[in-house]
Amino acid sequence: MTAGALALEGVTRRFGDHTAVDDVSLDIAAGELLALIGASGSGKTTTLRIVAGYEVPDAGRVVLDGRDITALPPQKRGFGMVFQHYALFPHMPVEDNVAFGLEARGIPKAKRLDRARKALESVGLGSAGKRGIQSLSGGEQQRVALARALVIEPQVLLLDEPLSNLDPTLRQTTRDDLRAMLHRVGVSALFVTHDQEDAFAIADRIAVIRRGKLLQVGTPEELYDRPASLGVARFIGRSTILPAEPVTGGEGRAAVTIGGIKREFSVMRPPSAKSTSRELRVVLRPDALDLLPVGADGAWTGEVATRRFAGGNAVYRVKMADNIMMEVESRAMSVREGEKVGVGVSREPLPVVEAEAE
Amino acid sequence: MNRGARVIPRPQKTWLLALPVLAILLWSVVYPNAAVIAGSFENGLGHWREFAASRSEREALTTTLIISFASVVASLLIGVPLAFLLGRFEFPGRRILRAVATLPAALPPLVGVIAFLFLYGESGLVTRGIQRSLGLLEAPWRLTGVWAIIFVHAYTMYVYVFLFVSAGLERFDTTLEEAAAGLGASSWQRLRRVTLPLLMPAIAGSMLLVFMTALGSFSAPYVFGGGIRVLSTQIVASKINGELGLAYVETTVLAISAVAGLALFRWLERKRKYTSAGKGSATRRVIQSRRAKVMALTLAVITVLILVLPHLMVVLVSFARDGTWTTQVIPPEYTLENYRRLFSEPQLWRPIANSVSMALIATAANVVVCFVAAYLIVLREFSGRRLLEILVALPWAIPATAIALGLAATFNQNDLATARLLIVGTFWILPLAYFIRDIPLVATAVEGSLRQMDPSLEDAARGLGASWWLTMRRVVLPAARPGLVAGALLAAVTAVGEFVASVVLYTHANRPISIEILAQLRALAFGTAAAYSVLLILLVLVMTLTARTLEERIA
Repeated sequence: MTAGALALEGVTRRFGDHTAVDDVSLDIAAGELLALIGASGSGKTTTLRIVAGYEVPDAGRVVLDGRDITALPPQKRGFGMVFQHYALFPHMPVEDNVAFGLEARGIPKAKRLDRARKALESVGLGSAGKRGIQSLSGGEQQRVALARALVIEPQVLLLDEPLSNLDPTLRQTTRDDLRAMLHRVGVSALFVTHDQEDAFAIADRIAVIRRGKLLQVGTPEELYDRPASLGVARFIGRSTILPAEPVTGGEGRAAVTIGGIKREFSVMRPPSAKSTSRELRVVLRPDALDLLPVGADGAWTGEVATRRFAGGNAVYRVKMADNIMMEVESRAMSVREGEKVGVGVSREPLPVVEAEAE
Repeated sequence: MNRGARVIPRPQKTWLLALPVLAILLWSVVYPNAAVIAGSFENGLGHWREFAASRSEREALTTTLIISFASVVASLLIGVPLAFLLGRFEFPGRRILRAVATLPAALPPLVGVIAFLFLYGESGLVTRGIQRSLGLLEAPWRLTGVWAIIFVHAYTMYVYVFLFVSAGLERFDTTLEEAAAGLGASSWQRLRRVTLPLLMPAIAGSMLLVFMTALGSFSAPYVFGGGIRVLSTQIVASKINGELGLAYVETTVLAISAVAGLALFRWLERKRKYTSAGKGSATRRVIQSRRAKVMALTLAVITVLILVLPHLMVVLVSFARDGTWTTQVIPPEYTLENYRRLFSEPQLWRPIANSVSMALIATAANVVVCFVAAYLIVLREFSGRRLLEILVALPWAIPATAIALGLAATFNQNDLATARLLIVGTFWILPLAYFIRDIPLVATAVEGSLRQMDPSLEDAARGLGASWWLTMRRVVLPAARPGLVAGALLAAVTAVGEFVASVVLYTHANRPISIEILAQLRALAFGTAAAYSVLLILLVLVMTLTARTLEERIA
């Protein structure tokens, strides 16, 4: 299977006066797994449908290996697609479903059924060929849909919320299986999801989309540690976001004030942030904070509101002055709700982003 | 998530399909009816003044409306309790009652009417039987006038109410009633505040169906009218008298009444539209007390008897020698002669061949046109979609007499400039009329099947590289098939027994079975008329069974 390199160049799609996809440019390298992540209505599914050929963009191009395929209808693109509800043909047995793409390519029956069986074997459903679609469990349907999409040896695989219809336990294991499988097959894949856990587990890189605009593309670590904007900081991971003031003379430092107590930290600005004149926000991840004894050096004081056990550590929500609620991850397990605690920064530099008009 | 917003990259292809279908519908459905409306104004308001000034015309309108509303009420009074009884209670005789409850719908309209004539007419079996046993000098009743028509309507049309309400009850989420009971509501309060309001859309839908059918009903007023006037019979009378202008006005008035009824009942339906998340559960309360059991059984037996009697009567009379049944309670002489003649005498065989071939032609056309229309309506997004939806539903809102008169007024000459063809007086006029009448039936059935299909199936097939044709053949057609089979069956069944449009448009050469039944009845050849009727019932039965086995074999 030869993986294709896919590029979106300034793709825009409007429905009436609503711009669903707004000037999106994106590269997917051959063999790369890229997740497009966003809230519902963010334009991620429309983007996927444009790549698949079900929608034609109002502006921009879709390019595969240097060839413009924007106007190519879906049946000529040769992409594999796994639909959100799988879109398995209910009136055909499993093997006919999987073989359908080969039937469309005029491959003789015996040969296509043979290849369908192999594809089913590769997803662990080798003996399910004669079964009806209705008799399959959700997880099995998902794997049949995957086999159907892969049997045509697509250059690009598209997946629309591939895990959203699975129950939580199945979802965990399927994530890892899916990533391993896609890497083994060596296909380029674009998949949309609203679930960052799915994206973190499967994708090489993640693109965050909001209101039709691409906010940032990067590895999960990049998005978490160096969000380019407030939108990404809010969408990816948990955080407490507070106003930060630049420290005069101290480049790369900023101050945060809670309850009148000001502390200075080293910070990291996204490369896109230009002027220092705009308002800044500091992104405090739970794992960049820690619980300290009350009155400890560099700590603010607060009161534990809730405590949640999370395996090797605990997550505390701490009520601070100025009505600020901070989420803190700590290995200190014995702190109880209602206790007074100190909260301090345990990891620097802290990411800062520019404030945005709501 | 964006299952509604389906935009197809190639709108030209959609229009390529849509244009012929739109053209056919505009030409066959809209054009004739527009011609009728235009014809009613051919001398300004002259014909309308004539209509308004005539007492008998005004009487025809009021009688039509009274009969239609009374038919709705009567059908509700029978259909709703029967649906509740069969849907909610378990009692001896329930299964057989359920099996025959829809039987009246299997009678072609004219056959139902003559069965009633044989049973309850002045010289009918039941009438004579009561007269004899009570020693009366005259018949205890006369089956004529408004009451007779409502009686026949109630018998044939309650089935709509029964079916709609039964389906509603089956889907009904009974936990809602249990919740109401838990909150302390009495059974009457539960019925009034929970059950009936939730069933309202189903009830309103069936009321609409009864109203429309009663409004356009022709056979019952024609046979039992006995001097009273309704619009559908007036139209035919005016046409025969050569007063075409007046006939156009009557037709327009009838069509306006139909549209007004449509608006009224749709409003009633919409007002109470809920999406129920309930799965429904068919728990029937078993009737326990001995007395209630006996009562239920007696009632069931009587009802079954009333329901089956017309069918049995037609079968009985079909063996009666023509001309022998005069003053006796039951026909005195029996023979197979009637059936033998149907198949051996070319004059009598002709209507059978006509009806079957015309029904097949009309149904074939329905299948093709309605499949494409339904496909476009359900699976395509294009600017002509709303228009197509309206055109497909339109014949349903126009009474058959009106459709027939429109065709008679439009296709009576060859004129390319106005897109007229000479079809009136030829064989083809009846298949055309049947085709038009059955468009909504077939289209609705196919739409229903296609709506159940996940629209992303078509996308999936295309994405896997399937051509338009392969997608159609392997994905869309199989999904549409149950609706296509059911719709085609209904269309064929309606067409083979069609009477109302036929009576306006038939010629000697293409006279269908229904017209021949009427002719035999007029000639007092009751046996032959009944034999035709039995044959019609058998045809319907055979078609139903064929369709069912066909569907099972494919599935």
